[in-house]
Amino acid sequence: MNPEERHIFSVLVENRFGVLARVAGLFSGRGFNIDSLNVAETHDSSISQITLVTHGDAQIIEQIYHHLNRLIDVIEVTDLSTAGTHVERELVLIKVATEDPQKRTEVLQVAEVFRGRVIDMKPASLVLEITGDEGKLKAAIDIFNTYGILELARTGKIAMLRGSDF
Amino acid sequence: MELSGAQILVDSLKREGVEYIFGVNGGAAMPIFDALYGETELKLIPMRHEQGASHAADGYARATGDVGVALATSGPGATNLVTGIATAYMDSIPMVAITGQVFTHYIGSDAFQECDVIGVTRPICKHSYLIKDCDEIADVVAEAFHLAKTGKPGPVVIDIAKDAQLHEALFKYPETVDIRSYKPQVHGDPAQIGKAAALIKEAKRPMLYAGGGVVLANASEELRQLTLKTQIPITVTLMGLGAFPETHPLAMEMPGMHGSCCANYAFTDADLVIAIGARFDDRVTGDLNKFAPNAKKIHIDIDASCIGKNVPVDVPIVGDAKKVLTELNKQVGIADIDPWRAQIQEWKQKYPFEYEQKADKVMPQYVIEQIYEHYSDAIVVADVGQHQMWAAQYFKFTEPRQWLNSGGLGTMGFSLPAAIGAQLGCPDKTVVNINGDGSYIMTIQELVPAVTMKLPLKIFIINNMYLGMVRQWQELFHGKRYSAVDYHDNPDFALLAQAFGATGLRVEHTEDVVPALQKAQGITDGPVVIDFIVDEEENVFPMVPAGAGLGDVIRGLS
Ligand SMILES: Cc1ncc(C[n+]2csc(CCOP(=O)(O)OP(=O)(O)O)c2C)c(N)n1
Ligand SMILES: [Mg+2]
Repeated sequence: MNPEERHIFSVLVENRFGVLARVAGLFSGRGFNIDSLNVAETHDSSISQITLVTHGDAQIIEQIYHHLNRLIDVIEVTDLSTAGTHVERELVLIKVATEDPQKRTEVLQVAEVFRGRVIDMKPASLVLEITGDEGKLKAAIDIFNTYGILELARTGKIAMLRGSDF
Repeated sequence: MELSGAQILVDSLKREGVEYIFGVNGGAAMPIFDALYGETELKLIPMRHEQGASHAADGYARATGDVGVALATSGPGATNLVTGIATAYMDSIPMVAITGQVFTHYIGSDAFQECDVIGVTRPICKHSYLIKDCDEIADVVAEAFHLAKTGKPGPVVIDIAKDAQLHEALFKYPETVDIRSYKPQVHGDPAQIGKAAALIKEAKRPMLYAGGGVVLANASEELRQLTLKTQIPITVTLMGLGAFPETHPLAMEMPGMHGSCCANYAFTDADLVIAIGARFDDRVTGDLNKFAPNAKKIHIDIDASCIGKNVPVDVPIVGDAKKVLTELNKQVGIADIDPWRAQIQEWKQKYPFEYEQKADKVMPQYVIEQIYEHYSDAIVVADVGQHQMWAAQYFKFTEPRQWLNSGGLGTMGFSLPAAIGAQLGCPDKTVVNINGDGSYIMTIQELVPAVTMKLPLKIFIINNMYLGMVRQWQELFHGKRYSAVDYHDNPDFALLAQAFGATGLRVEHTEDVVPALQKAQGITDGPVVIDFIVDEEENVFPMVPAGAGLGDVIRGLS
């Protein structure tokens, strides 16, 4: 087996029904994995942007690139992992149990460390919003787990190439 | 003036120059069939099963190079088309499959005869459209034809809700099609072509390996020029047969599992393989670790995802075979490889396709040889199994689009309906259908339209009373346990042909083969079926067992 690599693809597609099924079907039909997927309309409402994280050896990654390109509704495919340096973010909403004020204070302090924002607060729980790259979110989730996570929702990764210097 | 969606569809198809549409009627497609009623420019060919309709459209496309069109109703009509769509997809055949769909307001409600055709066909077509509004029909048809025939060709599915067929709109057909997300790369990168020319110059044991892509790209002429200019030996795959004349001294015949020893040995010893519109299919390469181990590889293909998929490639060239070969031909000259040519000739002489004439048996290979003697110019449409391999081995194809078969999906039942499509597309050609007793009965009902239309098809059944190819594997790899392959209970195909209104002949002795073929030549007012009762347990050789390397080919005789 050749070494597995993780790649982030940015895929611009026609904003039409059925396109996501074609992209997903490409992966399921060939036994390729999707680790994370995010889809949303861009500033041009006729175009959607898909950020897709996958892994595989170099040959599989190349296949994925070509097969994405082959889909008729795909306008452009960029492998962000090879096309240059990129920035990436994910967002997580975490509902943490805060039965007593003591615990709530601690949770808020930890949230501060991760630059989390409180977006809802009830006597026994609060909801935090944290953004960051994968490593930061993992660290945050690990910590909040020790306080008791009641519910968690997380976006897929979104990413783009850094701007050019000139 | 406003027209119904169904009429807009028919007028759009006419704008695309469609001559024939193969179909079976049903509720959700009735407005379309109604619009086709009495139509003379675009002729509706009623088939007896939707699978037959899709293979007929496919056969028409393979024989002519134009887009074939099939039509079916929703639900079961559409699912019956699926095998034909998948068959066309695997061999990259330009086709448009049109299905009726239930009324828009019923879609998603499990309505009567509703089926998510777009969902079902998603992995087996190049693209698909669901039309809910009759305003979209003209644009979608134009796009669908453009997609079906450009780039890497393939089937496109158009599913049209019944209300979209019935509602009215103005008909305006687009003059041009521009799909921003679809720009096939047709011109090969000049730098890559230069590298390929350099490799060809250096090689001591080069070989050309051409596939069905050459036929699809109409690049046979350019392939011939390349071969003749360089005098490099060439093997043409099952899908490409005829792209280069098999009668030429440089032709090594087809490679692979049942290919010639010469071609397979050449792969094993070559130092350069030049692949053109061929995809290193497992039936060609055998064990990949032993495939062309000493060879650099040049791969020319319109489909980037095809290159490097199975075999690492040194010089990939993405582009249209015709355009790339035209450029490459300007940069190559005769190769200085006399010892290699001599080696090829030696293998060719030593290991031709051969069989043993058993006493009192009609040998299937002999029948094919005689079919070749009597019909060397015909379009040959084969089905799937041993007879297909014998036809590929013993008929010498000299022209592209002369040999039609389901190579990729290996669909039994393909050949009779495909022969109907081919005959309609090429009325001046003789169309020979080489069929198997198992394959024939899978779509035998299509003999009805062939008789009705008085098509002069020559339907030759190589009847070994078995699913022969499977029986061969059972004999070799399953201890002769002949599970579910015995077809001795089939009906008498000659009598059955007569019941259908065709001429039916039965041949049981070697000396009757030629007279029967001669007799068939004289029958031109309808199909003739000859049931050749051949040796039941003859096997196809040479054979590279699954998983073995090409060098380990079992030659069979000697
Ligand atoms: C639709 C379909 N079902 C099953 C198979 C598997 N299969 C491959 S060859 C073959 C035997 C074909 O029998 P026949 O048409 O009599 O040809 P023969 O091999 O005897 O020449 C079968 C069953 C197939 N290719 N297609
Ligand atoms: Mg048979």
